[in-house]
Amino acid sequence: MKKTYKIEVDCANCAAKMEDVTKKTPGVKAAVVNFMTQKLIVEFEDGADVAAVMANVVKGCKKVEDDCVIYL
Amino acid sequence: MTKKQKKMLTRIILATVLMVLLHFVPAEGLIRFGLYMIPYLIIGHDILRKAFKGIRNGQVFDENFLMASATVGALTIGLTQSGDYVEAVAVMLFYQIGELFQAIAVGKSRKNITALMDIRPDYANVEIDGCLEQVDPEEVEIGTIIVVQPGEKVPIDGVVVEGRSSLNTSALTGESLPRDVETGDDIISGCVNMTGLLKIRTTREFGESTVSKILDLVENASSRKSRSEDFIAKFAKIYTPAVCYSALALALIPPVASMLMGIAPEWSQWLYRALSFLVASCPCALVISIPLSFFAGIGGASHEGVLVKGSNFLEVLSQVDTVVFDKTGTLTHGNFQVSTVYPEGMDEKALLEYAALAESASSHPISRSLREACGQILDRSRVSDIQELGGKGVIALVDGKQVAAGNDRLMNHLGVTFRNREDVGTIVHVAVEGAYAGSILIADQMKPTAKDAIRGLKKAGVKECVMLTGDRKAVADRVAKDLGIDRVYAELLPGDKVDRVEELLEGRTGRKKLAFVGDGINDAPVLSRADIGIAMGAMGSDAAIEAADVVLMDDDPMKIVKAIRISRKTLSIVYQNIVFAIAIKILALVLVAVGMANMWIAIFADVGVMVLAVLNAIRALFVKKL
Repeated sequence: MKKTYKIEVDCANCAAKMEDVTKKTPGVKAAVVNFMTQKLIVEFEDGADVAAVMANVVKGCKKVEDDCVIYL
Repeated sequence: MTKKQKKMLTRIILATVLMVLLHFVPAEGLIRFGLYMIPYLIIGHDILRKAFKGIRNGQVFDENFLMASATVGALTIGLTQSGDYVEAVAVMLFYQIGELFQAIAVGKSRKNITALMDIRPDYANVEIDGCLEQVDPEEVEIGTIIVVQPGEKVPIDGVVVEGRSSLNTSALTGESLPRDVETGDDIISGCVNMTGLLKIRTTREFGESTVSKILDLVENASSRKSRSEDFIAKFAKIYTPAVCYSALALALIPPVASMLMGIAPEWSQWLYRALSFLVASCPCALVISIPLSFFAGIGGASHEGVLVKGSNFLEVLSQVDTVVFDKTGTLTHGNFQVSTVYPEGMDEKALLEYAALAESASSHPISRSLREACGQILDRSRVSDIQELGGKGVIALVDGKQVAAGNDRLMNHLGVTFRNREDVGTIVHVAVEGAYAGSILIADQMKPTAKDAIRGLKKAGVKECVMLTGDRKAVADRVAKDLGIDRVYAELLPGDKVDRVEELLEGRTGRKKLAFVGDGINDAPVLSRADIGIAMGAMGSDAAIEAADVVLMDDDPMKIVKAIRISRKTLSIVYQNIVFAIAIKILALVLVAVGMANMWIAIFADVGVMVLAVLNAIRALFVKKL
């Protein structure tokens, strides 16, 4: 399953870091951060609990870039 | 400016004013240090906090860390030796100004580009109980009658049930000529109604309509990253730690070496150089300008009716040196028309009329084009006794006279002597009462810009143009010669096209790419097999939008040239930025390391390069004149 989230992030480098973190989060199959359109596109693994996975994604992203916002 | 940016601007102004005032305060020692800490903390507190958090979270090497350690180091040198705190505060100040500028510039160009692509309709007019109401297009069900007034966007795909008007399709196709529609015509969303009121019965939901599909495609385009972007991401990952360790080495090795050689170590001087080195090294310019260039290029292209599905495709498109055309629908219109009439013993009009009447019962494309060429509504009661002779043509009684219309086999069958002409297309011979009356040539019409397009491609650096067609060899060769095509594969069955393209792909070496141009009908396998698939005339054709990597919204072959030029321009900007930014960085780093540049120059190198790279990136947006 694929979902798109609106995000707010200021620098392209931070966006790249967020992408890395999201990709490494368990339950995420693939992830792309689109800095230009300010979007996070996450492809979840089959049977993953989206809410729980996203909670981890937000936690991870906050860790690498304190300023980012993910609108769930 | 966003709230965040305004707050930052206030901080910048406040810190600047304080710095100017402090210049006139004759404080010394710790008081002086304390006073300068005020603007320093105003401007840099968030950087310090982020750097600290980064260290705690194991994310040591980022630009916050670079700036924090550089300025804290400079303050320490000031406190212990020189008493100069201006530099540390100024570095932080300039860094923040640079960041602010970058945020504004990027935000602004993002908005501009999105505005270019903004074809999203805000509402649909639905007639409820006799009055018009504006509703969300997403709520309109299939089969609803919607009303589009002059000046409004068509929100949903449908069929015109009432009214006639001209449509401005430029937002979709980049084409400025209006398109006329009337009752019964299909209409696609995203066009602007210019003249008359239209009532439309929707045939799709909003989410399935052309406009949604296009928006979706363009918005997701920059999510597919190009090799240049990947390169920069990887580069940044090794670059930042590398400069940090180099800075550490710069701070330690020369003084230690001096000490061993018995010279004064000059710790503070080397520390200062190491800190300046950190300031100069910030990789922002690269990291921001590359995706911005691609985004601007894709945005500019979509405004011209060229939809590129991803940065990676824009990159591949710029490396194309071979373009393979599927003739029908790309170089030709793909519909058959009467191109020449050769009457013998009667006038052109009468000949056409006879032929059209004789063929009037048939639904074959050829008879349809005959009818169209006649230009009037045919009186079918003039025709009787129609016999179709399979593979030959028809014989019928028209106004009581026997008219035969068909190919040479029909003429042989009737024993009529006819004249053959070596022309491109299908010939219909006509005989009236057993006497030869002339022939009519029906051909797929060449697009008027086909020749210019091939020439344009050659000029844009494409080495070879190849044409695939099902036509006879002689005909295909003539067309190719006429257009300036280098290689032709004729007499192909539809399935052969993939094989030919694979053959071409196999025979290639090097990094140059092969593009396949098709009309999006029945060529999905070939579109996806080529390095890059370009579908033409895709307005309203989902199959093409799905299968192709680059979608041209209208069917003008000149758009292929344009697409390639846009991609070349974007990529040249990308390379300029990569080379320029890396070169200036390295130069600044070297100058700082050998002590020929101070922290001021370092911060200018960082912010200045970033500003120039961003401005250069925005240039990719301007593609109208290409």
